[in-house]
Order: sequence, then structure tokens, then C-alpha cells
Amino acid sequence: MALRSDREQDAAHPRIGLSAEPLDVQALVRAVQTAQHGAVVTFLGTTRETSPDDPRPVAALEYEAYETMAVPEMEAIARETQERFGPLGIAMQHRTGRVALGEPSVVVVVAAPHRGAAFDACRYAIDALKSRVAVWKREVYRDGDAAWIANTAP
Amino acid sequence: MTVRVLAFARLRELLGFGERLVGVPDGTTLETLWTTLTAQAPQLAPLRASTRFARNGALAAATTALHEGDEIALLPPVGGG
Repeated sequence: MALRSDREQDAAHPRIGLSAEPLDVQALVRAVQTAQHGAVVTFLGTTRETSPDDPRPVAALEYEAYETMAVPEMEAIARETQERFGPLGIAMQHRTGRVALGEPSVVVVVAAPHRGAAFDACRYAIDALKSRVAVWKREVYRDGDAAWIANTAP
Repeated sequence: MTVRVLAFARLRELLGFGERLVGVPDGTTLETLWTTLTAQAPQLAPLRASTRFARNGALAAATTALHEGDEIALLPPVGGG
């Protein structure tokens, strides 16, 4: 119920979804934080120069997504997180397209009454996102070559 | 019948398309569609074990029968984050 009204309220800037534009972390924090929350945990996944699979330096990451499946799965993860960790506000956005080194490719914001639930819920949500959501990552190396990189278990 | 086939990431690159309408005989399943596509792009074959299928936005078993107008997605292991 809360999620549905959230979506209606922010239809132009959904809290949960995909973005081809740089992620606005502060806007997502403002969107989920209320006077009932004493803790806000923000996870940023950022583009790293070193690859787990390749010794060559990474110049950028490129993401593609199957939006038809990715967004409903992210919404399902948000609902599960709320069911497991109690009343909390949650925002999750993932980039598509090219992401420069050091830029965030994914952000998860959880606002909860206390820090324990906020940390646990944020960890649960990012782990679930990385293992379940239909998003793919391509490492582009400085030499111009590129490779698709699958996630491993957390 | 005709189905819409979507391919992502490495599967998209190997097949040479991200989206294509494909004509298939009645009774075609996801597995037989894969076999048809593999005949056109043999380099796909080693990726069968790591590929999952979706039909109309939901994960589907390889034995699932296709229907006219279905949207079929070929999904490599995910890499978000």
C-alpha cells in the first residue's frame, strides 16, 4: 500500500527503477526519510578500476537491463525488505548505459527507526538486487577491449 | 506463428540482434527455439547451461510451449551492481 502511493506520488522520479542519467543520491535520501526514521543507510556501488576477472585497468562500465523484468523484481525486493525488516522507507535505482570510473552504478537507501534494521535491510536489498535483477555489466578496458562480467554469490 | 525474441549482453552480441521477430512452427518450446537459434549461431551452444528463459516477462522452464505473439527473452547470468 505504501509502495503504491509512493509510486503515484513520484511517478516522474520513481524511487525504484532504472535510470539512464546519473543517480541523484541526495534526492533519494530526501524521498525516503521521514520524522519516524532515526537511521538512514545508503549503499553506493561505484565503478572500479580493477576487475575481478581481468588484469587490465577498467575505463568505464556499461549496463543494459531488461526493464520488463528488472523493475518488477526491484519492486518485489523492496516489498520483501519491508516485510522482513519492519517499517522502513526504501529507494533503489540502477544505472543503464555508460558509467564513468568512480560514479555510482547502483544506489540503495533505507530509512528505518533504528540503525540495526537500516543496515540489515540495506544489505539484504543490495545482495538480492545483485543476484536477481535482470541487469548486465560490461567492463570496457583502457585498451578498448570489453567483456561481460557476471556476478558471483555475495 | 511469430514470437518476439529479445537477447541481452553476450547473447545479444553472439546472435547479432537484441530484438527480432522469429517465425516458428506450432509446438515450438523454448528449448527447440534455442536449438533453432544455435543452428544459426553455433557459438551460442556452450552458453546453454548458463542461459535462462523468460516468456512474457516471467522466468519459464525450457519445456514451456510458445504462443503467437509471445515475448521471449534469453537471459545470461546477471551482473548488476
